[in-house]
Amino acid sequence: MSTATTHAEEVHTHAHDHDHEHEHHELNFWTKYIFSTDHKTIAKQYLISGILWAFIGGSLSIIFRLQLGFPEMQLDWLRPILGEWIDEGGKLDKEFYLALVTMHGTIMVFFVLTAGLSGTFSNFLIPLQIGARDMASGFINMLSYWFFFLSSMIMFASLFIETGPASGGWVIYPPLSALPQAMPGSGLGMTMWLTAMTFFIVSSLMGGINYICTVINLRTRGMTFTKMPLTIWSFFFTAILGLLSFPVLLSAALLLIFDRSFGTSFYLSEIYIQGQALPNMGGSPILYQHLFWFLGHPEVYIVLLPALGMTSEIIATNSRKPIFGYRAMIGSMMGITVLAFIVWAHHMFVTGMNPFLGSVFMFLTLIIAVPSAVKAFNYITTLWKGNLIFTPAMLFSIGLVSLFISGGVTGIILGNSALDINLHDTYFVVAHFHLVMGAASFFGLMAGVYHWFPKMFGRMMNKTLGYIHFWFTFVGVYMVFFPMHYIGIAGFPRRYYSFTAVGNDGAAAFTNMNAFISIAAIITFTAQAIFAWNFFYSIFKGKKAPQNPWNSTTLEWTTPVEPGHGNWEGEIPAVYRWPYDYSKPGSDVDFIPQNVPFSATKSSNLPEEEAEIAKENEIEGLLGAQNESYNR
Amino acid sequence: MFYLIGLLSVIFFALAISVISKSIKLNKSLAASDYTDEALDGSNNANAYGMIIFWALGTIAGVWSFMVAKPDFLPIAASEHGLRTDSMFWISMAVVTLAFFFTNTLLLFFAFKYRYNKDRKATFYPVNHKLELIWTVIPAIVMAILVFTGWRTWRDITSQAPSDAVVIEITGHQFGWYVRYAGNDDNQLGNYNYKLIDETNNIGIDFTDKNSFDDFTATELHLPKGKPVLLKIHAQDVLHSVYLPFHRVKMDAVPGMPTKFWFTPNMSTDEMRAKLGKKDFNYKLNCTEICGRGHFGMAITVFVDEPEDYAKWCAEQKPFLATNPTYLAKVPDNLKMKASKYIPAEPVAVDSAAAPAEEAVSVN
Repeated sequence: MSTATTHAEEVHTHAHDHDHEHEHHELNFWTKYIFSTDHKTIAKQYLISGILWAFIGGSLSIIFRLQLGFPEMQLDWLRPILGEWIDEGGKLDKEFYLALVTMHGTIMVFFVLTAGLSGTFSNFLIPLQIGARDMASGFINMLSYWFFFLSSMIMFASLFIETGPASGGWVIYPPLSALPQAMPGSGLGMTMWLTAMTFFIVSSLMGGINYICTVINLRTRGMTFTKMPLTIWSFFFTAILGLLSFPVLLSAALLLIFDRSFGTSFYLSEIYIQGQALPNMGGSPILYQHLFWFLGHPEVYIVLLPALGMTSEIIATNSRKPIFGYRAMIGSMMGITVLAFIVWAHHMFVTGMNPFLGSVFMFLTLIIAVPSAVKAFNYITTLWKGNLIFTPAMLFSIGLVSLFISGGVTGIILGNSALDINLHDTYFVVAHFHLVMGAASFFGLMAGVYHWFPKMFGRMMNKTLGYIHFWFTFVGVYMVFFPMHYIGIAGFPRRYYSFTAVGNDGAAAFTNMNAFISIAAIITFTAQAIFAWNFFYSIFKGKKAPQNPWNSTTLEWTTPVEPGHGNWEGEIPAVYRWPYDYSKPGSDVDFIPQNVPFSATKSSNLPEEEAEIAKENEIEGLLGAQNESYNR
Repeated sequence: MFYLIGLLSVIFFALAISVISKSIKLNKSLAASDYTDEALDGSNNANAYGMIIFWALGTIAGVWSFMVAKPDFLPIAASEHGLRTDSMFWISMAVVTLAFFFTNTLLLFFAFKYRYNKDRKATFYPVNHKLELIWTVIPAIVMAILVFTGWRTWRDITSQAPSDAVVIEITGHQFGWYVRYAGNDDNQLGNYNYKLIDETNNIGIDFTDKNSFDDFTATELHLPKGKPVLLKIHAQDVLHSVYLPFHRVKMDAVPGMPTKFWFTPNMSTDEMRAKLGKKDFNYKLNCTEICGRGHFGMAITVFVDEPEDYAKWCAEQKPFLATNPTYLAKVPDNLKMKASKYIPAEPVAVDSAAAPAEEAVSVN
């Protein structure tokens, strides 16, 4: 502890005699909170938007869970909200059911787990953890949020139009999504979906370019790539994934827009619909699927990697132990990043794609399970012989590892094309991806919020409420998604309004289990109110946060409790060591921050670290160059 | 049961609310101690025990729920490849369940065992290459075995259909399936063209192809037991997907791109009825690709007949051309002779004599 405190004091005294030029002009309300170029404010904007979206996306799922769990239920009481979407019989409209499924998926995948997770924490943590004053381009960063905001508004508005929002599933496969006559949701709702997603992609690319540039160029002196926290590595890989794959989704969307509005035939061929033969020839719906999943699969890792990165950090901190296999963790993430691009067609085994292609993608898919397994084992070994402090963030991180494993193992079955024949598009798939990417990433998001809340708002969240929130959510998520595997094994297809037409007495089978799942979903969803209350209450009324509440080694905790514009009041600290010096033998404190030089910790240095002392002067010598780069 | 669940949910809900309100109260009264930055608080042990309780209850719930759900699983596969994929599925399931149980147990058990203790210091244990090598290689080997067996099965399933396979065409549309058989005289389906679709000829059978003449259509799918069946699949409007759950058959129906799937049914409808003890059981063909409002109800009945029953059923079916003789007009002149033998004799012809005559004139 002593080293950290003295250092913090040092920084403070430094701050007084160093008047930073940024503090000269006073920011007004608009430039401070709304059109802010400060990465911390933008991160908070993303976070709060993400939380709002999560509640919207979650409530959509509750509505369709009511239909699935209680097919007989009268839903007249929802008419004040849903209006005409509840038909005269008091039942949910069948098309609106599909719209709910579609929008739930879209919102959760893109608006919550991509923008809310990656947008929040990449923005917040990259400059703070690598020791930068802000993002490489604050202006582009601001634009990124406002494009996201525009996209959000369009997507949100589409929920309220008369023909309903997009309803062809979140994958919006044409021709269903291309032909307004196929379903009402493919009219204006789909146009708005495509417009919103176009802006979303623009936003995501601006963000991604910024993250990559910042990580490469703005690391503080001494922060080599191998001294970066795993969070930063994960954000870096995520940004690369997004940068390379989102443009492909944009092209898929553009071609779909052409097909819809300008009479082209990229995806359309030989269609007879509503008594009319369309003139389109030569297009291929499969082309769309390839383009979509070329983003769609990396997207899984875009939402998952940041969660895994933050979890690495949180588990190490709260186990008071270095993360096990730091380099193996980086290696696995790198492996996942590369492989993520070449497994997309495992979503398409039974689309009529050439079976040989299926074989190739089966091999590639099951290779990606290896780095994932390595990560899981490394997390478990990090816990081994640790000294575990169960902060809410730690609980959610352990929950993430559990869900990541539980959802991940079924991927081995679904990635096997022979087994996928029967399981494709059944509830088995729904259970699989909700556990491994939905719930796991959501747990990562929650862990991140609980862990970095003190840095974001200078206040602490209530721990007890955090514990309650965790247990409700953890138990609830398993109760929702574990039984879904059974329904999938029984061959129940997904996106079914009801199971009356399924063979095997479908209507009768699993009624109780479906009801159980729905109740569990409602409870889990309701429990999120605990979080919302805790979050918003603590922003204003939480206890003031200490300098370093979790006794963490990374740089963000060397900034003032409420960092201002530019993050550090004095010089940016230099970095001398990796971020995981917890419980180091020979040290009288159980953590040594990254900015503590080896020369100050002679008693705990490992033999090879003695050699690092010689480089300290060299690292210090870079200060001038570093300051120079900000004044240019 | 419904009321029980309703009651249960109300109780849970009330419980949740009471916990929330209580904790809010707690939060207010204990605000000072609750926000301490001390690592150790009383909840740390409680959470650690929570992990182990979760493990115990979760294990029980997992096993119990499996037993409860098992009777509703799909019964033994009714096709030859299905038997193979089923056994592979359960072997893979056993492997992954083992991995799932083992790793989750370690995770939760370690979380419990290594809970904070102020007298203990965590072990500085950053890396062990041997361990990492072990758990990279073992999953890789297991995966390789699973992939290899999976690939062999997949290769066999997707191989070329035997030349004697019964050819049946399935056409998906919003929201139903058209079935067309290759006919009793040749085992060849005639061409189709979506531009030829009209109210009667709803598949768009092309009568310029002589193979179409004996093709017959049906509203249900009949399959011969023990014979390879080749489904030729396409869609008219949007994507659909042919799903025969009991036969472990699934293949998308794509507009503009014919797809196919061949398999051998090995259990007749009657046998499955006897096995399940349900007299009114029927196989179904469902749709598993979202296709619009009626997606969930897009099903037809499937009958798997003994080969002789199937042959008998086929013999009873009349070619499309026989039931709709007006389409003779679409047949090119050089094939008219061949086609007209499918047109029933006088009695029917008299009834609808006017129509074909008129059309014949207009074609000429």
